Amino acid sequence: MNLDAHIPAGALETKWQRYKSTLPLVSPANKRRFKIIVVGSGLAGSSAAATLAELGYAVECFCFQDSPRRAHSIAAQGGINAARNYQGDGDSVFRLFYDTVKGGDFRAREANVYRLAEISGAIIDQCVAQGVPFAREYGGMLANRSFGGAQVSRTFYARGQTGQQLLLGAYGALARQIALGKVTMHARHEMLDLIVVAGRARGIVVRDLVSGTLRSCCADAVVLATGGYANVFFLSTNAMGCNVTATYRAHKRGAGFANPCFTQIHPTCIPVSGEHQAKLTLMSESLRNDGRVWVPTKKGDRRAPHEIPEAERDYYLERRYPAFGNLSPRDIASRAALQVCNDGYGVGRSGMGVYLDFAEAMQRLGQDVIEQRYGNLFSMYEEITGEDPYRTPMRIFPAAHYTMGGLWVDYNLMSNLDGLFVIGEANFSDHGANRLGASALMQGLADGYFVLPYTIGQYLAAAPVLDKSAAEKTAAQTQQECQQSIAALLNIKGKRSVDYFHRRLGKIMWDNCGMARSAASLQQALQAIPQLQEEFQRDLRVPGGGASLNQSLEKAGRVADFLDFAQLMCRDALAREESCGGHFRTEYQTAEGEAQRNDAEFTHVSVWQHRAAGEPQLHREPLQFSHVALAQRSYK
Amino acid sequence: MNFKLHVWRQRDAQDKGRMVKYAVREIGAEVSFLEMLDLLNEELTEAGEEPIAFDHDCREGICGACSLVIDGVAHGPGRGVTTCQLMMRNFRDGADIFVEPWRGRAFPIVKDLVVDRSAFDRIIEAGGYVSCNTGSAPDANVTPIAKQDADLAMDAAQCIGCGACAAACKNSSAMLFVAAKVGHLHLLPQGRVENQTRVGNMVKAMDAQGFGACTNQQECEAVCPKEISVNFIAQLNRNYVRALLDV
Repeated sequence: MNLDAHIPAGALETKWQRYKSTLPLVSPANKRRFKIIVVGSGLAGSSAAATLAELGYAVECFCFQDSPRRAHSIAAQGGINAARNYQGDGDSVFRLFYDTVKGGDFRAREANVYRLAEISGAIIDQCVAQGVPFAREYGGMLANRSFGGAQVSRTFYARGQTGQQLLLGAYGALARQIALGKVTMHARHEMLDLIVVAGRARGIVVRDLVSGTLRSCCADAVVLATGGYANVFFLSTNAMGCNVTATYRAHKRGAGFANPCFTQIHPTCIPVSGEHQAKLTLMSESLRNDGRVWVPTKKGDRRAPHEIPEAERDYYLERRYPAFGNLSPRDIASRAALQVCNDGYGVGRSGMGVYLDFAEAMQRLGQDVIEQRYGNLFSMYEEITGEDPYRTPMRIFPAAHYTMGGLWVDYNLMSNLDGLFVIGEANFSDHGANRLGASALMQGLADGYFVLPYTIGQYLAAAPVLDKSAAEKTAAQTQQECQQSIAALLNIKGKRSVDYFHRRLGKIMWDNCGMARSAASLQQALQAIPQLQEEFQRDLRVPGGGASLNQSLEKAGRVADFLDFAQLMCRDALAREESCGGHFRTEYQTAEGEAQRNDAEFTHVSVWQHRAAGEPQLHREPLQFSHVALAQRSYK
Repeated sequence: MNFKLHVWRQRDAQDKGRMVKYAVREIGAEVSFLEMLDLLNEELTEAGEEPIAFDHDCREGICGACSLVIDGVAHGPGRGVTTCQLMMRNFRDGADIFVEPWRGRAFPIVKDLVVDRSAFDRIIEAGGYVSCNTGSAPDANVTPIAKQDADLAMDAAQCIGCGACAAACKNSSAMLFVAAKVGHLHLLPQGRVENQTRVGNMVKAMDAQGFGACTNQQECEAVCPKEISVNFIAQLNRNYVRALLDV
């Protein structure tokens, strides 16, 4: 497997600028002859589809939702980072770059992260020009707030709905190109496979979710913007439809999967309330700007929070990490919460929860300020739990939220398969082993608006012309294989629903490959999952047929892929014999319980190659750090 | 808690459709409305019946996918919530609950409780954006925007495009949806540039998609999960008249 990252030569600070100005171009007259497929319409997909169409390419965009505006980026709450230093608090491109590399526990590529930080400002400009109503100060200038893992205020936000507003901006840009006839949009279509001709991505097979019809779509390049795989845990903050199918099936066709074990568990979610639960709700990290996290100092203290005097409260984040306190990065805050709960200090009925308390902030700022900042989050909390967070502290617990792993891409965002580009959460590129808050929106839009539109031109300028008949022949074959696997799912005719299996898979993964993993737990998962998979193939029931809207069938295909993919995740977690970022192996920790990296052996990206028979093969892309000194991450 | 559900079942767009009764038992008060449907669907599946199809995705009130008329009200009895944010503690134990899809000519039924809302996408395509290509933007702080304007724009921009407004309207009017987008962009200097063409084109698209006219009944505001104010409709009307006079 060729894992050359194609990082351009030259100084880190000028790499991208110089590279951009030397990239081969496609002339405007030729652009419309190139067809590009974009799968997914979240921040990365919509922004890429719109920008490519503006440049003149013929774009076909697919999403499984009923409208591109509903992609899961819409649910991002807190904000988007940019190194603008509008607050004059010492921010700079280098500082954002440094925070991101350090936040990712030194497992991301320096060159990619620097480019991201460099582009971040232009994203804010673009979004403001589109009419994104970011929060403003009374003088009319943009407001900022702080997020975890940073000591500056560089997060731009639109109340607690930043993802929604940014996505609606990108969706508007996409809608404009649809109206101009430059993008053909296919909503309620799900990608089932990648068409690969002579080592090049040449199209996809999709299923029309309403009619059930399969069809192939051939193109000069394929862009996957299909998001992350946190739903492998069943319970996560992801939308119900989020899945690994597009990236996993591309992986089966030859694309390397990088760092699948790097998953992010978000510290501030509403705790699980029972077996019936279908998903978990995130409470934005921005709440940690003003909320203080605590548990009682006495084990199993069942008193109501207001009955517990100040002296009997342990503000454990402030105690353990005085420099960053409640704004410690997500992996650290999550692990600390799990630890206090496992030690018996947790609150709530299940004991799996900690308090997030606004009493002090309300006294300091007044309830109206808190309401202005977090009003929608507070009411969301009250609707779900029936408790009023203005009067009693919120109860929170970590939940699966984001996945740093994804398909391997080079500096051009192209996978090891020629012509297959991967952007946004679907790729692995920028967040290392832990993503900082408000950086997902930044990366999705950086990839879609400002990176891919340049780098894809380079590929197209040199790529051989699409051989239509060869592509169609492979397409027919690929489509047939998809048809067969659908028929196979429908024909099992067992007794159990898809959710039954998904829930069980989620439990295996959460218990054994979640916030803390060990060789023993991972080996246990690697035994349990194939058994579950066997049961799935024997006892699954998918009512209805394949020739109409069938939501059980859609889920069955996705869970079948999750069952496969979960094993890859465990294998990757097992192979990485160190702790870093969101990947915490209990065998590798410092005396104080912090993650213990092993830089000598694991300063690399783990890239997995699928093999038709036998176990997947591990390849490594070494990481070099020349601008940041590898250090034990300290937020103390 | 136990409930008697009456659910609209319809095989496909051509099917005539009918209400079907289901009994659901032992539902906890902390279960959400859609989780109750999940539980029912799991039972139906294991009994070999086709589960009830309904649109849903984020389950936290922001994607706008869920779209049920519950006991005659779009998104059910809660105020300022979507169907997916509705908890069973809002219902009386033993109640009969009627569950139907969105109503309206512009929202044809796809299956059971799933409707086709692409009409809304076509309205946005007619002008619900600022026409600026990627890369052509000036520095974000070049144009100050009064906080009051930005806040008000955000009130309108919160629209999740669920369609409850049109589904609740006796005229199936999409005025609140159009007004929210026009209002959001009109309040910002970046959006004001093409306000006139936007207003004309979006209203025309709304009519072409089969939505009715507004007769100020304000049902739309009552069911809007983001509680978007009908004041934006008044503003849209003013904008529309200006557009007609000037163009």
